[in-house]
Amino acid sequence: MLIAAAKPGAATSDVIRLAKVRFAWPGRRSFSLDIESFVLTAGKSVLLIGPSGSGKSTFLSLLCGIVAPQTGTIDILGTEITRLSPASRDSFRAEHFGIIFQMFNLLPYGTVIDNVLLPLSFAPLRRKRAIAKGAAEEEAKRLLSRLGLEPNLTNGPSAANLSVGQQQRVAAARALIGNPEIIVADEPTSALDRNRQAAFLDLLFTEVVEAGATLIMVSHDESLAARFDRVMRLDEIARSGEGTGS
Amino acid sequence: MIVLRLALQSLRNRWLTAALTVFAIAISIMLLLGVEKVRSGARQSFADTISGTDLIVGARSGNIQLLLYSVFRIGNATNNITWTSLQDIAALPDIAWVVPLSLGDSHRGFRVLGTTTDYFRRYRYRQARGLAFSAGGPFSDLFDAVIGADVAASLGYRVGDRIIVSHGLGAVSFIEHDDKPFRVAGVLEKTGTPVDRTVHVSLEAIEAIHVDWQSGGRIPGQSVSADQVRTMDLKPKAVTAALIGLKSRLATFRVQRAINEYKEEPLSAILPGAALQELWGLVGTAETALKAVSAMVVATALLGMVTMILTTLNERRREMAILRSVGARPRTVLGLLVAEAGVLVAAGIVIGFVLLYAALLLLQPYVDASYGLHLPIEPPKAGELATLGAIAVAGCLAGLLPALRAYRLSLADGMTVRA
Repeated sequence: MLIAAAKPGAATSDVIRLAKVRFAWPGRRSFSLDIESFVLTAGKSVLLIGPSGSGKSTFLSLLCGIVAPQTGTIDILGTEITRLSPASRDSFRAEHFGIIFQMFNLLPYGTVIDNVLLPLSFAPLRRKRAIAKGAAEEEAKRLLSRLGLEPNLTNGPSAANLSVGQQQRVAAARALIGNPEIIVADEPTSALDRNRQAAFLDLLFTEVVEAGATLIMVSHDESLAARFDRVMRLDEIARSGEGTGS
Repeated sequence: MIVLRLALQSLRNRWLTAALTVFAIAISIMLLLGVEKVRSGARQSFADTISGTDLIVGARSGNIQLLLYSVFRIGNATNNITWTSLQDIAALPDIAWVVPLSLGDSHRGFRVLGTTTDYFRRYRYRQARGLAFSAGGPFSDLFDAVIGADVAASLGYRVGDRIIVSHGLGAVSFIEHDDKPFRVAGVLEKTGTPVDRTVHVSLEAIEAIHVDWQSGGRIPGQSVSADQVRTMDLKPKAVTAALIGLKSRLATFRVQRAINEYKEEPLSAILPGAALQELWGLVGTAETALKAVSAMVVATALLGMVTMILTTLNERRREMAILRSVGARPRTVLGLLVAEAGVLVAAGIVIGFVLLYAALLLLQPYVDASYGLHLPIEPPKAGELATLGAIAVAGCLAGLLPALRAYRLSLADGMTVRA
């Protein structure tokens, strides 16, 4: 719990700070990622642009602590997660990150509410924060309705019957529940059409701003750039190598 | 809690494959326990072939040989006991009763046993059960026969039918005692013992059909008719063996020693229970084979389960990636899959148990009636529970195989959701 209770504003207001990070997938020598330096301050929204295959997923895996770099340091909210054990990194991710994938976000056999509540099982602090506003289920319903999911779907028996757009809203509610500091979205709108994209992003931005969270979104779609405080190109911050084999 | 609930829902989502897997495990468990039941039932039935008899006496030979020919009607006696020796033994103070047995003839492959009507009162099987007649009664006339249930069933005999006894033991015999036919006086109820395959006649009848015989053949020119023989002295000169009951079991070894040391004739007395145990030791190797086969079946079922979990693993990579993204440790993913295997095996064991007892309740009377095999319905023994526990553990260990693979996949997949 020491890790979870990240000292607020300890050292710096930077949310994310990467330095001299180098990562290669174990057993896959053909791909590696080098990030000399990357800094992100709190409460901002960032769009990371990069074509597919540029290492976006790897970059996000590093940020979220799902994988650890071979060298370099990753500092999240004042905690150097590269010094944490893998299990502690998992707990840290549960407490401080909300993650939205491109698609297939939900466990199809679970109920909508269970899907939203899932992260709270791994994050006691987020659970506390969610319960502070009433029962956890109520908070889940509130988020879902804020994100525009019809109430009859909210109470539906299984998440499998939802459309892709509806699934993304449920995923957003899951990412937001319990107010994690960082929301990571990996091309969350690429499976939606233009109109739905805009509607989804509007709702997401509103909630993220209200929660005071930092939003990191990855996309190959540059037309979204106007909405974000900051736009970065992955190929400018990171060098992905092919067959460097080290 | 939510994670466990989702894991169960995931399993429910694949209910058909899960149900088939559980069913396969259940069947294998039922087989394993069922074989054990049949094995112990067979062993018990075997040990219960003869009871209430304290000693079996015959010409000097090995324990098993004497048991085989006197009780199981297998093989032949090396020699007979003379009637006078038998009288001497019967006169011993500790002896309550003696039932003489005379073997050597057959009827269409079934052994003919010459004995006294005491046999029907004294013979006991399955602890204390006595012989009962399903039709007719014990022999009253010289040429009356009492047949076992199998003899009646396979030859279609009923009370009043006439049968001819053959000399010797072959199924097809060319030397028949056709001048002195027998009448079926009674049919015994099924016992599941060699009694079922025996034709019983009186000792005097055995004498009567051999009165004009010598050295295994008819004496030429001498023929005694069935009516003439009734007037003759038919006291037997010798018998093959005898069942002995004692006044007190405490005297068993004293009487046994007395018989074994009998001066006039070399005799052997055996304890039927001990000889049965000795004999089971010989035939019991089949037990091991049965056990091995049913263990293999359980192993196969567990293998099927591992295959089932492994094949669903690919489509479940997304499940794993989602769980990882919300903060589940790889160890949690591992635990979920092992728990899944555990749940499947546990369900299989419980259902296998229920199936076994249902089958026992259903089939017990039938098996008892047609095979004379009594399968007791009783709570599982400690050994069986230990076996089941070992199977549950083995199932969880087998579940580690797909779990470790999922663990590796979820580490390698990182944030990528693969579908």
